[in-house]
Amino acid sequence: MQPDDQTPGSLPRSTRFTPESLPGSTTFTAESLLTSTTSTSDSPLSRSRSRRWFLGLGTAWGAALAACAKTPPAEPSALGAPVSAYGSRARFERANRFFNQNTKVPLEEAASRTPLRDTYGIITPSSLHFERHHSGVPEIDPSKHTLTIHGLVDRPLVITVDELKKLPSRSRIHFLECSGNGSSEWRGAGEPDAQRAHGLTSCSEWTGVSLALLLKECGLRPEGTWILAEGADPCHMSRSLPIEKALNDVMVVYGQNGEPLRPEQGYPIRLLVPGWEGNVNVKWLRRVKVLDQPAMTRDETSKYTDLMPDGTARQFTFRMEAKSLITRPSGGDTLPGAGLYELTGLAWSGQGAIAHVDVTLDGGGTWTRAELQTPVLPVAHTRFRLSWRWDGREAIIASRCTDETGYVQPTLAELVAVRGVHSNYHNNSIQLWKVGADGKVTNANRA
Amino acid sequence: MRIARSLAVALVFAWSATIWSTKSFAERQAETQPPPFGVGRAPTPAELHEIDIDVLPDGRGLPAGGSTAATGKDVYARRCVTCHGPTGVEGPQDVLVGGRGSLASAVGGRPVKTVGSYWPYATTLWDYVRRAMPFDHPGTLTTDEVYGATAYVLFLNGIVAEQDVMNETTLPRVKMPNRDSFVPDPRPDVPAHKPEPQKKK
Repeated sequence: MQPDDQTPGSLPRSTRFTPESLPGSTTFTAESLLTSTTSTSDSPLSRSRSRRWFLGLGTAWGAALAACAKTPPAEPSALGAPVSAYGSRARFERANRFFNQNTKVPLEEAASRTPLRDTYGIITPSSLHFERHHSGVPEIDPSKHTLTIHGLVDRPLVITVDELKKLPSRSRIHFLECSGNGSSEWRGAGEPDAQRAHGLTSCSEWTGVSLALLLKECGLRPEGTWILAEGADPCHMSRSLPIEKALNDVMVVYGQNGEPLRPEQGYPIRLLVPGWEGNVNVKWLRRVKVLDQPAMTRDETSKYTDLMPDGTARQFTFRMEAKSLITRPSGGDTLPGAGLYELTGLAWSGQGAIAHVDVTLDGGGTWTRAELQTPVLPVAHTRFRLSWRWDGREAIIASRCTDETGYVQPTLAELVAVRGVHSNYHNNSIQLWKVGADGKVTNANRA
Repeated sequence: MRIARSLAVALVFAWSATIWSTKSFAERQAETQPPPFGVGRAPTPAELHEIDIDVLPDGRGLPAGGSTAATGKDVYARRCVTCHGPTGVEGPQDVLVGGRGSLASAVGGRPVKTVGSYWPYATTLWDYVRRAMPFDHPGTLTTDEVYGATAYVLFLNGIVAEQDVMNETTLPRVKMPNRDSFVPDPRPDVPAHKPEPQKKK
């Protein structure tokens, strides 16, 4: 395989919608999409069928292609749209965040999940970054917003957003994952697809200022051992962090994927705590207080603590350990028949870079090393791929990652043996998908 | 003579070292390291008073005031009952009462994590009610209403008596039933998957 193989999302110029060429209402030919990864001449499949799978079976493509069939020609002869001030995606695209509207949980404190199956590469579009709010998304005027740093410092400071932007900046690509991601899977298969089971992780390029720099600016006192970070959302969500982490790699960020943070991601500023559970990455950051102990806020005592079988609860379980899953094919997909496929997925670790990802096609009997898309970045989503010639028989497929510390992603049984099924958070176990003989892909997790 | 002179020199050194050490680390840092960028301004006392709302387990941050469960029952009925139910167990939102003894798996059934069965600090309840409750109008309770609602939820859990006054002195002294059940993060905890020891070159 080429180390830099073609991304399915970048359609070449020769791509054309041709309503006649494919079965059913879905129509597409994309000659060059397949050439780098698929040798169609030796495929047992008809070319159209393998392409159809390759291009995606999700509702997005289905809707797109159906829409095209109704509005020919695909190559317009009239003039297209003029330039515009702010871009938007093609109207054929339908990938969205998922959230459950039929729940007793108010949507202001709900979560929405990234469509992991339908994203390419390692960056999550800001508009598809997962959400978890505690009292809704506040509308904050950046010209009126300030960050106050006080407590055990010599010079308490109020800093404006503009002042923050004058300080030395840095950009880092990091994943951000809610520690509740995968919590549906503790007793085996809980959710039907990758988005609903694991969509509480996203990866962005974040730009901002080192918190260590800001604490130095304030004259951090040696008795300061923890910080409390607090949001400007109506409930003033707050979390404590040890000073060692605060001085290490924590940032106050204002940029996400090249533009200001989205409101859902903490506009105008948020804390970014690389590799640690999402909840500590306090959004709409308004205050950092240096303390000599953790504040024991609600979200670090009654929530985000991991209940063990003996009734004790682990507290300050900040780190997100290594995790991976195959995102295509994944739950909800249907493979049209035996033949050549590309498996792809994401791996990440809060402990550093991903060292390697192994994929099993036989339920864990044998493992094959997958190719990693470079650059492989520390504490970032890492894209892996593997070619697979499916023989058309039922198969259990899964990925297992190892990070640079040597930590290996565990099986669900291994996690449950230690933690039981009530710890809720930090389920980073191996995700099993079953590919049925009928091609249907389902969640095959089992306790 | 020589010894005396050495002694004098040593004394001067010791004295100056004493002077040095009476200055705080921060003062020394301030002397030697001025703020590198000089951004921002000092908050006014009024600004800090407005924003500095956190309450620590030892009671630091609790404002003067106080109330009892008997009084707080009315606050609960007006501001809490819709989401948490008449006795704190009905929901539809978080269950506040009960669940004692349900946490260990050996008990069987689902653990019921409530203020009474799970929360380790009474001050956390006060802090959370003040900053985040009621859900649709956070931050609108008066100080005494927060003390009252806190007292009432503790009373419903059988942790304080109905007439116990909860204030900035008494609340931090309330020992929550699950206080000693929290442990530090022991991960990596899955034996076969711990990182291999790093070989030193």
